[in-house]
Amino acid sequence: MTTYVLRRLLLMVPTLFVIASLTFVLMRLAPGGPFMSEKEIPAQAKAELLKRYGLDRPLHEQYVAFLRNTLRLDFGPSYKYPDRQVRDIILQGFRVSAELGAWALALALLIGVPIGTIAAVRQNRPADHAAMFLALAGVSIPNFVLGPTFVLAFALTLLWLPAGLWMGPSSRIMPVLALSVSYVAYIARLTRAGMLEVLRQDYIRTARAKGLAEHVVVVKHALKLGILPVVSYLGPAAARIIMGSIVIEQIFAIPGLGRYLVVGAINRDYTLVMGVVLFYASFLLVLNLLVDVAYSWLDPRVELA
Amino acid sequence: MSIGLRPPASVLATADRLRPPRSLWSDAWARLKRNRVAVSAGVFLVVMSALAAFAPWLPGLPDPALQDLAKGAQPPSLVHVFGTDELGRDLLARVLHGGRISLLVGLVGTLVSLLIGVTWGAVAGYVGGRTDDLMMRVVDVLYALPYIFLVILLLVFFSRSLVMLFVALGLVQWLTMARIVRGQVLSLKHQTFVEAARALGASDAAIIFRHIVPNTLGPVIVYTTLTVPAVILQEAFLSFLGLRGLHRLPPPLHGGTRRATIPMEGVRPLPAHARLSCCARGAIHAIPLDDPAARHPHRVDRRARDDAGRARELDHVIRQG
Repeated sequence: MTTYVLRRLLLMVPTLFVIASLTFVLMRLAPGGPFMSEKEIPAQAKAELLKRYGLDRPLHEQYVAFLRNTLRLDFGPSYKYPDRQVRDIILQGFRVSAELGAWALALALLIGVPIGTIAAVRQNRPADHAAMFLALAGVSIPNFVLGPTFVLAFALTLLWLPAGLWMGPSSRIMPVLALSVSYVAYIARLTRAGMLEVLRQDYIRTARAKGLAEHVVVVKHALKLGILPVVSYLGPAAARIIMGSIVIEQIFAIPGLGRYLVVGAINRDYTLVMGVVLFYASFLLVLNLLVDVAYSWLDPRVELA
Repeated sequence: MSIGLRPPASVLATADRLRPPRSLWSDAWARLKRNRVAVSAGVFLVVMSALAAFAPWLPGLPDPALQDLAKGAQPPSLVHVFGTDELGRDLLARVLHGGRISLLVGLVGTLVSLLIGVTWGAVAGYVGGRTDDLMMRVVDVLYALPYIFLVILLLVFFSRSLVMLFVALGLVQWLTMARIVRGQVLSLKHQTFVEAARALGASDAAIIFRHIVPNTLGPVIVYTTLTVPAVILQEAFLSFLGLRGLHRLPPPLHGGTRRATIPMEGVRPLPAHARLSCCARGAIHAIPLDDPAARHPHRVDRRARDDAGRARELDHVIRQG
C-alpha cells in the first residue's frame, strides 16, 4: 500500500513536468500577447513592460526561469492583475471555489445517495419512478439555465436572497444549489445502479436470512458495496466541480479559480494561466490517487498494482 | 443415403411458418419497439432534429436575424410562440436555427473524438508494451489539463471558425473513448478469432480494424451517445462565455441565445428556449440510459439488463484503462 502510494506520487513528477512544458509551449505559440489590448500602448512603455516581466529574453531562458520558479512554487505577479502574486490569486480563488464545490458535493451526496438507495429498494414502484424522473430532469437542466432562473425567482421576485457575490452565508445558498443539482441527479442514478446490483447478491440474502432488520441490511451491508460507482465518480467530479463551476462563478460574480483561468487564457496572462493549470493538474492527480486508495479500502477484491 | 437424414419437407415448412427468419438487427429493432419510453424519446429526438435541420426551409418561420424593436421582449403569443428577445427577434426561429448548429457541432465533434479515440485506444491496446505505456501516458497528461483551457487555446490558435470549433471539441473529448477501447482490446486480442485471423495471414491493421474494433462497438456506442450531449453542452457553454465570435454567424448557438436572453428574463415566466433545450437533453439522455436494447442492439441472447449491470460494465471498462 505505502509503496503503491509512493510510486504513484513519484510518477506525478514527470507527468507534471510534461504538463508544465506543454502549457508553456501552447501559451507561447498562441497568437497575441499579454499586453495587446484595444488601446495602443506606446512602444517604449510596452518594451518596459516586457522587460519588467522578463519577456524580452530568449524563449529558452524564459522556459528555464519558469521551471525554476515553478519548483519554488512562485509564479511571479499576474499580468492582468499586476499588483497581485499568482500564488495569492490561486490560493484565494481556490479557497472560494473549494468551498463552493465542497458544499455542492456534500449536498449532492446527502441528497443523492438516499434517493438512489430508496429507488433501488423500491425498484419499479412509484417511488423509484418518481426518483428517476427527477434525476433525469436534474441531469438535463444545464446550470446556466438553472442559475439565472434561481436569481429571477429568489432574488428578483421574492427578494429572499442576494443575487450574487460571495459574502455572507445567504449569498452561498443559490450558487451551491445551482451547482449541485446535476450532481445530485447523477449520484442518485449511480447509487441506484450500484445498489440494484448488490441487493441481489448472496451475502445480502444471508444477512436477511440471519434475521437482520431490513434497514440494517440495506444501510450496513449493501450500501458499502453499492456505493462503489459513486466513489469512483467522486474523483473526477470533485475536480470538475471545482474547475467546472466557471459558469456558476460567472453568473453569481464569485471570485473563484475557474474564472481566473478563463480570464487568464483570454488575456494571455502567462503566469496566471500556468500557475492555475499546474495547480489544477496536481489537484486532479492527487484526487485520482485518493479515489483509487478509497476504492481498494471499500472493495477488498480490488488490488492496487 | 443422405436423403434419410433430412427431415420431411412438411416439417421444414412448419418450422418456416412458425418462425420467419430474423436478423440480429431486426431482433434488436423489435425489442426496441416494445420499450415505450425509448420509442417516445426516439420520436421526440427525431422530430426535434428534423425541425432544427430544416429550419431555414420551414414555412412561416421568421428570419432569426430580423429585428423589430417595437416588438421587443414579448412574452409567448400566437405570432411568436416562444416570444421575442429584446431586439424583437423571434425566439422560436432563433432556437431552431441555433439548434441546427448545436446538432452539427455535437455530431461532428463526436465523430472527431470517435475517430481519434477508437484508433488511439485500439492501437495502444493491440500493440501493447512500451508503445501502450507511452500512448496511455499521453492520455493521462491530457486528462490532467483543464479542458476549458485547451478549448480556449485551440480556438485562439485557429481563429474562431466553426470548423475549428468542431475539431477543438472533438480533440478534447477522445480521451475516455481511447481508454474504453483499449480496455476492450486488451481482453479481445488473445481470443481465438484473432489468432485465426492472424493464421490466415491478415495484417495487423486488418486485424485491428476489421476483427477487433467491431467487437468493441457495444461500449463504444454507449459512450458515443453520451458524448453527443456533452459536446453540445460544452459548445453552449463556450458561447455563454462569449468565446465563439457570435457576430460571425447570424443565428447564434443555443448558449448565445441564452446569454442574450438572461438579462431580459424578468419579462418571461421561464425562457422558452431553455425549456426546449432541456427537453432536447432529456431526450438525448433518455435513449442511452433507459433502454438496454438501444445500447446493445447486437446482443440478442441477453435479457434486457438494468442500470446496474451497464453502469458497472462501463465503470469496469474505464477502470481497465
